[in-house]
Amino acid sequence: MIRFTEVSKRYSNGHEALSRISLHLPVGDMAFLTGHSGAGKSTLMKLVALIERPTNGQVVINGQNLSKVKRGGIPHFRRNMGIIFQDHRLLFDRTVFDNVALPLIIAGHGRKEIGRLVRAALDKVGLLSKEKVYPITLSGGEQQRVGIARAVIHKPSLLLADEPTGNLDPDLSREIMHLFEEFNRVGVTVLIASHDLDLIRELEKPIIKLEQGYLAHHGAIDAVDRVNG
Amino acid sequence: MQWIESMVRDLDKDMMINPSERGGRRSTRRGISIKGWLNNYLLRHVQTFFYTLGQLSSRPFSTFMTTAVIGIALSLPAGLNLLLKNGQEVLQGWNSATQISLFLTQKINSKEAQGLASKLRKMPEIASVEYISKESALAEFSQHSGFGEALDALEHNPLPAVLLITPKNNQEQPGKIAALVERLGKRSEVDIAQLDMEWVERLFALMAIGERGVLILSGLLAIAVLLVVGNTIRLAIQNRRDEIVITKLIGATDSFIRRPFLYTGFWYGLLGGLIALLLLELSLTLLAEPVRDVAALYHSSFQLQGVDLQTLVILLGLGSFLGYFGSWIAVGRHLREIEPC
Repeated sequence: MIRFTEVSKRYSNGHEALSRISLHLPVGDMAFLTGHSGAGKSTLMKLVALIERPTNGQVVINGQNLSKVKRGGIPHFRRNMGIIFQDHRLLFDRTVFDNVALPLIIAGHGRKEIGRLVRAALDKVGLLSKEKVYPITLSGGEQQRVGIARAVIHKPSLLLADEPTGNLDPDLSREIMHLFEEFNRVGVTVLIASHDLDLIRELEKPIIKLEQGYLAHHGAIDAVDRVNG
Repeated sequence: MQWIESMVRDLDKDMMINPSERGGRRSTRRGISIKGWLNNYLLRHVQTFFYTLGQLSSRPFSTFMTTAVIGIALSLPAGLNLLLKNGQEVLQGWNSATQISLFLTQKINSKEAQGLASKLRKMPEIASVEYISKESALAEFSQHSGFGEALDALEHNPLPAVLLITPKNNQEQPGKIAALVERLGKRSEVDIAQLDMEWVERLFALMAIGERGVLILSGLLAIAVLLVVGNTIRLAIQNRRDEIVITKLIGATDSFIRRPFLYTGFWYGLLGGLIALLLLELSLTLLAEPVRDVAALYHSSFQLQGVDLQTLVILLGLGSFLGYFGSWIAVGRHLREIEPC
């Protein structure tokens, strides 16, 4: 699903955020992307979502070589993935319903279908009673659930989550992470940037560890623990 | 955690199908219901159409400020154009009232003069011919000029017989009338053919300057409208920066993001046109009475012409076009700058 070959990213200020990264995340896998802040996690996520382009190397997502995706093709490329943000990035001047409906509206679904899917998704994240409220009135955990409903409503084949539990307490974080795990179980490839090592250990998923732009480890988390002693 | 489980259960088998197959399936689905897709597309436009109107009405004051500026900018050239049209109307009235005086030579007696008059009446360019005999000319002159006694002292009547000729109304260009005057002047019976044409020509020339002036002013104010709308939309884009970034991340195309801004520009222009229309009607109402008074002084029944259908259509059409176009320019310039980072 995600394949990086010798990928480097150097920003215009000269900072090299990623150096010669090669990795492969097969279809249907779930992995955590970890590392200290500044290690290159965000840059890697941005390369996957085509927010940035690599300076060197090749990124292939879903069999699609991203260097072949032109500017006009980016929207359609992104419709195949769901992105979840640490700060939720909801539209605060629109209701919960409208926020969740956005990917379907963008993709041009019919009104009836949108209503059905949105209500189903909101029902599933336990927020059906809040469909008419504005996100500002929701708690952090509820806002994140709205964000998740929005990210999965169009049934993407790849889920990207950037520090999805960054602002949540441990119980809520666990709940959210398990939700991702469940999505993964039905075949969605999931990549989560996180440094919540306790929670990652609990989920027993492979990790991709970055250190100062280099790939430090790709595999089970115990290996890292062993290395770190 | 029940909701998680039910959610997962409900995510249909689609998820398991590999991406290439999914793409294939989706395209056939779209192929089957092109009509449905088109309906959705139109529906989306209609939705945006009213959504943007709703957004504007939720901020009535700022909407009014912008549309009022546009309205004033549009009403100026439209109003001047209207005045010009009215002026032409007045001029047309005077022009058709122009008369040609044919002063006949002294040799012509009254019978010959009347014969000439009836001959001229048959000419297609001439509407009517009035014969004023030497005697009645003298009577009229002595009555109006105050030289009555001096004239009485003269042995002969020095005044010639006159044929007053009214050209047909359709003589729109002063040139045609001038040609007619020249032709009549060459006749042997006619001593002098006279028409005070110069003032008509001058007035037409002034009118042409006025027309050109209105055209230049219209051009400048059209640019002003473009700038006003462009700037308003630029601010709107900046205010919605976050929203644009989010929708781009979700996979919105440029045209999807552009659409509400374009419709907003359209609404600004259309509402501006309506305000311009109101301003024009108001000004015309205020001007109607003094104009009537002046007309009465000239024994004319002239009335100011109001906004006709053509002006209305042009005003609203041009307004909405300028709004749309101004927005299009602003969106084209600023939307590309906003990318997720």
